Amino acid sequence: MDSKIKLELEKQANEIRKDIVTAVHSAKSGHPGGSLSLADTLTYLYFYKMKVDPKNPKDPDRDRFVLSKGHTAPAYYSVLAEKGFFPKEELLKLRKVGAMLQGHPDMKHIPGVDMTTGSLGQGISAAVGMALGGKIQNKDFTVYVALGDGEIQEGQVWEASMAAAHYKLDNLVAVVDNNGLQIDGNIADVMSPYPITDKFAAFGWNVTTCDAHDFDSIDAAFEKTKEKNGKPWVIVQKSIKGKGVSFMENQASWHGTAPNDEQYAQAMAELEKIGEGLGV
Amino acid sequence: MADVKKIATRESYGNALAELGKVNPDVVVFDADLAGATKTGVFKKAFPDRFFDCGIAESNMVGLAAGISTTGKIPFVSSFAMFAAGRAFEQIRNSVGYPHLNVKIGATHAGISVGEDGATHQCNEDIALMRSIPGMVVINPCDDIEAKQAVFAAAEYVGPVYLRFGRLAVPVVNDENYKFELGKGVTLKEGNRATIIATGLMVARALDAAKILEEKGIDVRVINIHTIKPIDKDIIIKAAKETDFIVTAEEHSVIGGLHSAVTEVTSRYAPCKVVPVAVMDVFGQSGPAAQLLDVYNLNADTIVEKVMANIKIESEE
Repeated sequence: MDSKIKLELEKQANEIRKDIVTAVHSAKSGHPGGSLSLADTLTYLYFYKMKVDPKNPKDPDRDRFVLSKGHTAPAYYSVLAEKGFFPKEELLKLRKVGAMLQGHPDMKHIPGVDMTTGSLGQGISAAVGMALGGKIQNKDFTVYVALGDGEIQEGQVWEASMAAAHYKLDNLVAVVDNNGLQIDGNIADVMSPYPITDKFAAFGWNVTTCDAHDFDSIDAAFEKTKEKNGKPWVIVQKSIKGKGVSFMENQASWHGTAPNDEQYAQAMAELEKIGEGLGV
Repeated sequence: MADVKKIATRESYGNALAELGKVNPDVVVFDADLAGATKTGVFKKAFPDRFFDCGIAESNMVGLAAGISTTGKIPFVSSFAMFAAGRAFEQIRNSVGYPHLNVKIGATHAGISVGEDGATHQCNEDIALMRSIPGMVVINPCDDIEAKQAVFAAAEYVGPVYLRFGRLAVPVVNDENYKFELGKGVTLKEGNRATIIATGLMVARALDAAKILEEKGIDVRVINIHTIKPIDKDIIIKAAKETDFIVTAEEHSVIGGLHSAVTEVTSRYAPCKVVPVAVMDVFGQSGPAAQLLDVYNLNADTIVEKVMANIKIESEE
């Protein structure tokens, strides 16, 4: 990837991380851990990869994104706000009564949200349905869907995976955010979904992997998905839950906890410092 | 009534889908390995490119329908009521109901009249489940003519619709001039002593009951409520005010179905006695459908009994 573009994406992702902790701090609840682990990939998708237009969010020919791991809405909302789908001030009203930004993505009210999600395992089915809709209408949009590694414990994920391969949906790209942690602890201890890549391969998918916090690696993985061979693609990305905020990194306890004022100040200071390192 | 034409509403569903497919190119149909039984196979034969078998995976099927509806298609998803409304309840609630997507759920084999398959397949709870989802339209047609028109009306309406069909062949009570109107109850017979409000296959039985009562000199009104949600409040309030009491008749649990929907209206707007003929909070069992309907008191005789019993009580007062 071009080094200038890469630097811009890194700066943008850092801004998005600041938005995430700010929104969750303001809401006094929410899911920062998995939002931070997905932040780089979402930045890549919306600021580099996907064909989307904030001025025409319902364009029938746009690429689609489904956040199947819907609890990481703070990352999604931050990216959409930074991209210009709605004003950034909305982030401060996250999860508040009467606010547009619900705890989980709501396609009816939030510009840019392509599917209502939150109940785990359901988003990927909707994504498969969208990809099928694209195929039968000869549209050339791509459908992207992000899943949690804990989420794939849901049986519906595998029903959907079977269907995606069966219908030969090579216009579908899934990302499994493998940060290794879920609410009750290590995914391998709670209910191991491993080996993740082999499972998708056995279900008839093309499989690749990447480092979720290196844009060269992310780009290389998404470039591979351009290869169309009648199979859907899955990118299993190795990520760090809480990435970018030292005390949140690799801590299951930060799955669904908001920082207090002191923690918020520390998190923002750390992210400011990362920004300075990037030349912001 | 010996020579009355009988057709199962699932047959009407399949035939209507095939007709609808001709006039509406956006209609697509999903099934979960039951196309022969739900009769979506009729559509599949006519439009193989617009039919998708999802295998035995109802939850995913509902999600697929939600997704494809966002690309402009009008999906009808089908399975038995038990697995559509039951197994996939949460998918219908969260992926279809909450975003108010344009998905139609065509559920067949509803109620006790599934017959020999027994309690695991006899869904007497689907109306209760679907009715509880905000914005969901719930339609329970009574015969072939109504069922076909309901399919077209569902396609025309933008938003989620649950359509309930049966396995058992049932009498055709409406004639060719019948005009289905979403959300509008139908007065099939005028009368002032009491009102029978029926839905689905109980409509024909309510008409039979009215005939028996007429012979006894008792004049009852018969109303067909095909749209359980949104329910026709006016027709119920009018009946509650103009007749002494109401008997509801449905092939569904007494909890959450037509009886509940009617009493929700009467208790607020026109309190009156509402006596249920329904599945009385029990599971079904295996047996021929016609026999089971008698075993569970879902017949004209029971409706007659309820009317007679309440008329007697009131005359004693």
